[in-house]
Amino acid sequence: MEGFYSAAQASWEAMPYILGGLWWTAGLIIGAMLVGFILGVPLAVLHVYGRTLTRKAVAGYVWLFRGVPILVQLYLFYFGIMAYLSELPALSFLPLSSGFLSAVIVLGLTSAAYQSQIFRGAMASLPAGQLKAARALGMSDAVAIRSIILPQALRLAIPAWSNEYSILLKDSALAFTIGVLEVMARTRSVAATTHQPLPLSILAGALFFFLTWAGIKILKRLEAKVRIPGYAHQGSL
Amino acid sequence: MDDPVILRVENIVKTIGGQRILDDVSFSVKKGHLKVLIGPSGAGKSTLLSCINFLSPPDSGTISLDGKAVDGKSRKELLALRQQVGMIFQDFNLFDHLSALDNVRVALVKVKGLDKRAATNRAMEELARVGLADKSTLYPAQLSGGQKQRVSVARALAMDPKVLLLDEPTSALDPELIGEVLTVIRDLADLGMTMVMATHQISFSAALADEFLFMERGRIVERGAPSQLLARDSGSRTQSFCAKLSELAGDGHCEIAPAPRA
Repeated sequence: MEGFYSAAQASWEAMPYILGGLWWTAGLIIGAMLVGFILGVPLAVLHVYGRTLTRKAVAGYVWLFRGVPILVQLYLFYFGIMAYLSELPALSFLPLSSGFLSAVIVLGLTSAAYQSQIFRGAMASLPAGQLKAARALGMSDAVAIRSIILPQALRLAIPAWSNEYSILLKDSALAFTIGVLEVMARTRSVAATTHQPLPLSILAGALFFFLTWAGIKILKRLEAKVRIPGYAHQGSL
Repeated sequence: MDDPVILRVENIVKTIGGQRILDDVSFSVKKGHLKVLIGPSGAGKSTLLSCINFLSPPDSGTISLDGKAVDGKSRKELLALRQQVGMIFQDFNLFDHLSALDNVRVALVKVKGLDKRAATNRAMEELARVGLADKSTLYPAQLSGGQKQRVSVARALAMDPKVLLLDEPTSALDPELIGEVLTVIRDLADLGMTMVMATHQISFSAALADEFLFMERGRIVERGAPSQLLARDSGSRTQSFCAKLSELAGDGHCEIAPAPRA
């Protein structure tokens, strides 16, 4: 029992260190969501409006990143591709051996696959008349998609997008495997010295829960802010 | 009348899913004229209209606007054609995320390249013309069906189209809202807007139309002045179709052959 108390004490003292991991976790999430969004939107557009070959290529990308476990991708990237690239003198100015960079790329590429399907669904759910009306006014498809289709589709996508956020948040814990000092990594390293993983696991769980809650709260607020006047709230997620 | 021909449609054929929707359709519209397409559902009226601006490109045939043939192969020509051909849809197709003002303004900015102030002025003018200047900040979901359709007319007119295509503009409206849209259309006809309209509002359009085109199974089977086609003893398909509609509606609006347009 005495051992437990001293372990709890040590855990308590390690709090600031573990909380410091929140910055890395937040960095992973924001980076990955951004990469996923920036790639996911054009992928979705190509998936819906592209020619057959383009559509197949996008579908292939989606299958690949949905099908390979994130842990495997992290190893392939960190120990494989990035390790190889970091040997090249021409690229020596880039922080290629950073686990953080590998993790953001892997989580971002995976999220792009999922986000593209979220946006694709949202675009497909818009009435066909929207694009027709835009074309009838003389808009090119590029302009129509940018000014008419995406502003509506992205609004519709927010609830599913907040779901993607909460999944990605927990996937980000895998980054500890390649040495990123995020919340999970710090929890494990403290647990290795106290030999009492239980209080630390509870703490880590609480932190992830808090981040999920805060993120979804923010996205709900965004959803309300960009709501189109006159429409009822869409869903209650 | 020697008005110049604005729109010429020649030998249009369109097949969708193995079925021939349009079978060698030809007609032309002179400047300031109104042609009205009548006929049962599935006759090809909507498809014909969307072939004219290549929303649904014809398989063969020619569309000429102002004497210039457009085949839809050149993207630039196609976009230019669509700029000059306005379209009004049965279900309005207003952009749901934009206010009434922005619905009218968006193409002025994005297609015509007007600066924001000029676009705003023009858009407000067009909204005023359809009687909706005071609704400019409202969104489509806050407007009635009749108001939505009037915004869509303003949106089309703001582009200064040479021809306006109207695809059953009142068919999706509650009966008490049809009048306000018909009034706008009548004003346009009086102002000399060149139009092609598919509609079931036969008695209304008889008073305005220069010619009725009666379509059935993808062909124009009758054409002529409304008064001539609607004469009770004409024995025309148009007359019997109209009689059937009015019998269903119980308003007897085919009883009197309307006066030709002054």
